[in-house]
Amino acid sequence: MDMCPRVMIPVSLESLPRRQRATVAAIDWDRLAVPEARRLRELGFDEGVRVEVLHRARLGSGPIACRIGRMTVALRRAVAGAIHVAPLAG
Amino acid sequence: MNPAPLVALVGNPNSGKSALFNALTGARQKVGNYPGVTVERHAGRTTFADGRPVELIDLPGAYSLEPSSPDERVTRDVITGTQAGERLPDALIVVVDAANLDNHLRFTLQLIALGLPVVVALNMIDLATRDGLTLDPAALERELGVPVVPTVAVRRRGIDELKAALSDAIRRGATVVPHSGHDDVATLQRRARAISVAATVSETPVRRWTHALDAVALHPVFGVLLLAAILFVMFQAVFAWAQAPMDAISAGFTWLGAAVTHAFPASIFRSLVVDGIIAGVGAVVVFLPQILILFFFILLLEASGYMVRAAFLMDRIMAAVGLSGRAFIPLLSSFACAVPGIMATRTIEDEKDRLTTILIAPLMTCSARLPVYTLIIGALIPNRQVLPFVGLQGLVMFALYVMGIVGAFVVALVLRRTVTKGASSGFMMEMPKYQWPRARDIVLGLWTRAVIFLKRAGTIIATTTVILWALLSFPQVPAGSHVSPVDYSIAGRIANNVIEPIVRPIGFNRDISLALLPAMAAREVAVAAIGTVYSVDNPDSDAGNRAILDNLRHRWSLATALAFLMWFVFAPQCISTIAITRRETNGWRWPAFMVGYLFALAYIAAGATYWVATASGL
Repeated sequence: MDMCPRVMIPVSLESLPRRQRATVAAIDWDRLAVPEARRLRELGFDEGVRVEVLHRARLGSGPIACRIGRMTVALRRAVAGAIHVAPLAG
Repeated sequence: MNPAPLVALVGNPNSGKSALFNALTGARQKVGNYPGVTVERHAGRTTFADGRPVELIDLPGAYSLEPSSPDERVTRDVITGTQAGERLPDALIVVVDAANLDNHLRFTLQLIALGLPVVVALNMIDLATRDGLTLDPAALERELGVPVVPTVAVRRRGIDELKAALSDAIRRGATVVPHSGHDDVATLQRRARAISVAATVSETPVRRWTHALDAVALHPVFGVLLLAAILFVMFQAVFAWAQAPMDAISAGFTWLGAAVTHAFPASIFRSLVVDGIIAGVGAVVVFLPQILILFFFILLLEASGYMVRAAFLMDRIMAAVGLSGRAFIPLLSSFACAVPGIMATRTIEDEKDRLTTILIAPLMTCSARLPVYTLIIGALIPNRQVLPFVGLQGLVMFALYVMGIVGAFVVALVLRRTVTKGASSGFMMEMPKYQWPRARDIVLGLWTRAVIFLKRAGTIIATTTVILWALLSFPQVPAGSHVSPVDYSIAGRIANNVIEPIVRPIGFNRDISLALLPAMAAREVAVAAIGTVYSVDNPDSDAGNRAILDNLRHRWSLATALAFLMWFVFAPQCISTIAITRRETNGWRWPAFMVGYLFALAYIAAGATYWVATASGL
């Protein structure tokens, strides 16, 4: 990480620090079950939208709550891991 | 004359659709079921300004026309005119949350494309304003091509305007040509976002107060403590507040029975009415206060938006046994009664997840087991302090609850690896904004619950108790015989010749064998049945009543009592639960499986308890 500290490295939503604003860079739809992928789309997840992690249920495992648009959505970590995000500076 | 036009309310979950339905129809609503499926049908009436009646139906919340749960399937089938027993609506009221337009408009676009007359209710506009959003309804109307009416359902604002727009829309007919091509979700979503931007005049960042509450409610430590505190208050209330009304109901039925006994000469018919119907229905209706108090809390937690937070906190524990956080709500309801609990599984999308939840719901200690536990514990467990503030009797009661929960988790774990095997179901839920619950909506919710429960008590339970009464009353003892009436009856013969040999190895005596059969109608009937056995065998009925406790102490060993309690933790002794499981799973296969596994567990648990207790000299 010390080679280029100024560049924001794309991470998954699962490992995005709390309160760090980001945009969805890509979603690994193939990693998700079909109904899971559909529900994720229906909840507004799409390339380019803003996301932010609000809460984590517990250290290590358990779902996360994130903000997408003006909604709060709870997700399991496995799903969050399939969502690649680009953190926004500031 | 043409029937009144049928208008369906459709929208995303959390769009305030039901509140709008309540505002439109008031108390003039009816809850039924769609044939063949177990989704509730909420219907009501309202009138246009000129007095014409309109029939309204409130469809389950959905995210799109591609259903992912039985509820959502009904929504799609009704608005496409393919739901059995429902005509195609003449118009749709599409309810959207004004503060969540970009998401809700996607479904709206899909609905408009169906080609039915549509009016959009831009609901909760007040909350959107408070949230820092300024919207332009006229712009939204232009973009969508259908009338848009701002509403605040809970304050009944915009209702008359909505009705006027609806009346116009029905008269004019559809303005949109049905759209044959299927746009994919992503395309629709992008269009929805574009429209949302066009209709938004100004926007400030989301207000933080929901987030501030969530900082506590979802906190890894404080959130869990808060949930535990809420559950404690809830159960405390269920048992403490319900006592007085339960006593009153029970006294009322006793009075009614006595009145009928005095008014009519002794006959088989009087016995049917008093011992069969009044006693049987009374034994179940007495649980109405507990069920209503529990539902009061559940409705409150749901309306305030907290329930999803509880599901969020519980998801990790549930995931460990292959379930999702969504299973928490049905399982919590099952502590009042497994029937509403099993009905609440309808919101679980994954079929196997839902089935597993249904199968373990009867293991939650329902309120009907309490009278049995109370009687046996009171009679046979010594009232002794084991720790400061902890009595042995209370400890045994607590252990029975824990046993049910642990049993349920172990069973879920096993089922998810065997009969309901499948990919672990996900947990993905929208977390609604916190809202102050409206008394009116809570009261309406309780009212519909009460009606459903009483209807059930009046039909299924009345019928089964009459059948059991008949089994216990026929054939009648010939005059001069010394055989007890119970032993002589069909039920007595079944108990003595079939049940007793089976349950003798696990320490059950004849009295228990006799109580097990009527307890199938409802568990708490076991108490009445044990009472009946002793008072029927005892000619002096007054002394018989007082002697139940003494009888128990003399005739039952502690080992037998413990085995009996263990039996009740697991045994599927309730016909209503079996009936609702059949309805919810559309067949006899799963209720048969449930009954089989529960009886096997009950037998093994009771047997093991008896053998261990006997071996250790109890």
